[in-house]
Amino acid sequence: MSHERSFADILVSGAGPAGMASAVRARESGAKVVVLDDNPRPGGQIWRNEQLHPSSHQASVWFRKFSASGVEVIAGARIVDGDAKRRSLIVEMEDRALKIEYRKLILATGARERFLPFPGWTLPNAMGVGGLQALVKSGLPVAQKRIIVAGTGPLLLAAAAYFRRQGAIVPIIAEQASSIRLARFMLRLLRHPAKLFQAAALRFCLRGTRYLTSCRVEAANGNTRLESVRLRRGDQLWQEDCDYLAIAYGFRPNVELAVLLGCQADAFGVRVDRFQQSSQEDIYCAGECTGVGGVELSILKGEIAGYAATGQTDLAARLFGALRKARHFAAVLESTFILGTALKNLALPDTIVCRCEDVTWQRLQSMESWRSAKLYTRCGMGPCQGRVCGPILEFLLGFHPEGVRPPAFPAALETLVE
Amino acid sequence: MPESVAVWIDGMPLRVAAGTTVAAAILIAGQAAFRRSVSGEGRGPICGMGICFECRVSIDDREHSRSCQIVCRDGMRIRTR
Repeated sequence: MSHERSFADILVSGAGPAGMASAVRARESGAKVVVLDDNPRPGGQIWRNEQLHPSSHQASVWFRKFSASGVEVIAGARIVDGDAKRRSLIVEMEDRALKIEYRKLILATGARERFLPFPGWTLPNAMGVGGLQALVKSGLPVAQKRIIVAGTGPLLLAAAAYFRRQGAIVPIIAEQASSIRLARFMLRLLRHPAKLFQAAALRFCLRGTRYLTSCRVEAANGNTRLESVRLRRGDQLWQEDCDYLAIAYGFRPNVELAVLLGCQADAFGVRVDRFQQSSQEDIYCAGECTGVGGVELSILKGEIAGYAATGQTDLAARLFGALRKARHFAAVLESTFILGTALKNLALPDTIVCRCEDVTWQRLQSMESWRSAKLYTRCGMGPCQGRVCGPILEFLLGFHPEGVRPPAFPAALETLVE
Repeated sequence: MPESVAVWIDGMPLRVAAGTTVAAAILIAGQAAFRRSVSGEGRGPICGMGICFECRVSIDDREHSRSCQIVCRDGMRIRTR
C-alpha cells in the first residue's frame, strides 16, 4: 500500500496545551503548521473535550487562539515510525496511512500516569485518576457512583472535585504524602498565590470528602469487577465499598517517540536546550515530555518551541522569566509528592506487574535489568511496549528501559510497508 | 451533528450521546471486562488515553481497536471478550 503524502513546515505531535501553544506561535510566522493527535479531538488530557465548554479562562483563550490560527489538525492519527534524517513521520489512521514530511518537528507528546501494582489492581473498574476522568469526559456518567480517589499529587483533588460535579460520591481521597510535607507545600505556595487560591477553592468544593494523608490503598477486592478497597493509614486498616477506584502515583513523560527519532532523554524527560531544541537539530520538544510540571509550564515551553522553531528567537527569549517561575512551582510539586518507600511493598508474589503478558512480581524480583526481565519473562514485550510496567519497575527495582525500536506503537503491516 | 447514535455491544442495541467513546459506551452497557488477559483475567481500561491497551475490543470486525480513542458511530458493531 502506498501512503498518502503530505508536507508541513512545522509538524507538531500532540494537541494538548504545549502542542496547541507551539502551533499557534509557529503559525504567527506564516509557516504551514500541521498538528497530529491520536485522540478524536484537540485539548490533550487536561483540556479533553473542552473545546466547546472550556473549564478555565486559560483553556478558552488557547482554544480560541488555536482555532483562529489556521493550523491544520489531523485527529485520530497515531505516529508509528519516523526518520529524523529524512524528516518524515509515518502516521496510522483508522482507515489509511500517511507519510508526512516536515522542516521542523515539535514533539509535545505529554505524560502518562504512573501506576503501581497492588493486589487486585488489575480488576475491571480500578483505573487511573486521569484515566477515569478521561472516560467521564468521553461520555461515561458517574452520578451516584462511589469513587475512591487515591495515589498522590494535586490531580487527586482536581479529579475528585470533577467527579463530584458530575454527581459522583467521593467518600475518601487517599494521599500517600504526609501532612508535614503538605503543610510545607502550602507554605512554599505563598510565592504562587493563584495556586494557593486554586487549592483553597478545591478544598471548599470537596467539603464532605475526607482527605486522608499518609493513606494508601493496599488491595482492591471483587469477583469479576471492583467491589471494595482496603485502605491503610498507620496502624489503621479498613474496607470501603466502591464502584470505581481512581488511583495513580504521579506522571512519567512520554519520551518514546523522541527516543525513536534519536533525541537524548532520561527518566525525567527529553533533554532540550533553553529554546526547547533537542539533541536532534530539527526536532524541538515541549510540555510534559520534557519534564512533568503542570499546564502553565507546558504552555510556556510550547510557546518557546513554536517561536524558536520558526526563527522568532527574540519572542521566545521574552518568556524565559515566566518560565523560571513556573519551574519553581514544578520543583515544589515534585519534592512534596515524592513516593514513600512503603509503596514498594504493596505487590505480593502473585500480583501481576506486566498487564500485557501477565508477569507476576515473583518472577521479576530476581531480575537484574530491564533487558533480562524482557528476555526471561516477556515483561514489557506486549502491546503497551512497557509504557505501564516500565515506570513500575523503575520505581520498584531501579530499572531503566533502553532504546525504543519501531514501530512506536503496534501498527498494521500495511502501514509499515510502503 | 445528531444528538445520539445507536451502536451494538455484544449484540445488544445501545443508544448513547453523540461524541461518546466506545469505551464509555461499553461501561454504560454495564460491561466492566473488555478483554481477556493472556492468563484469562477479565480486564478493563486504566489509562483512558490509548497507552495501556487494556480497552482493546473488536469494532466492525477490526480486532484490537483501542475503544477509548474511538468515538461511537451509528450502527457500529462492538464485541468484547
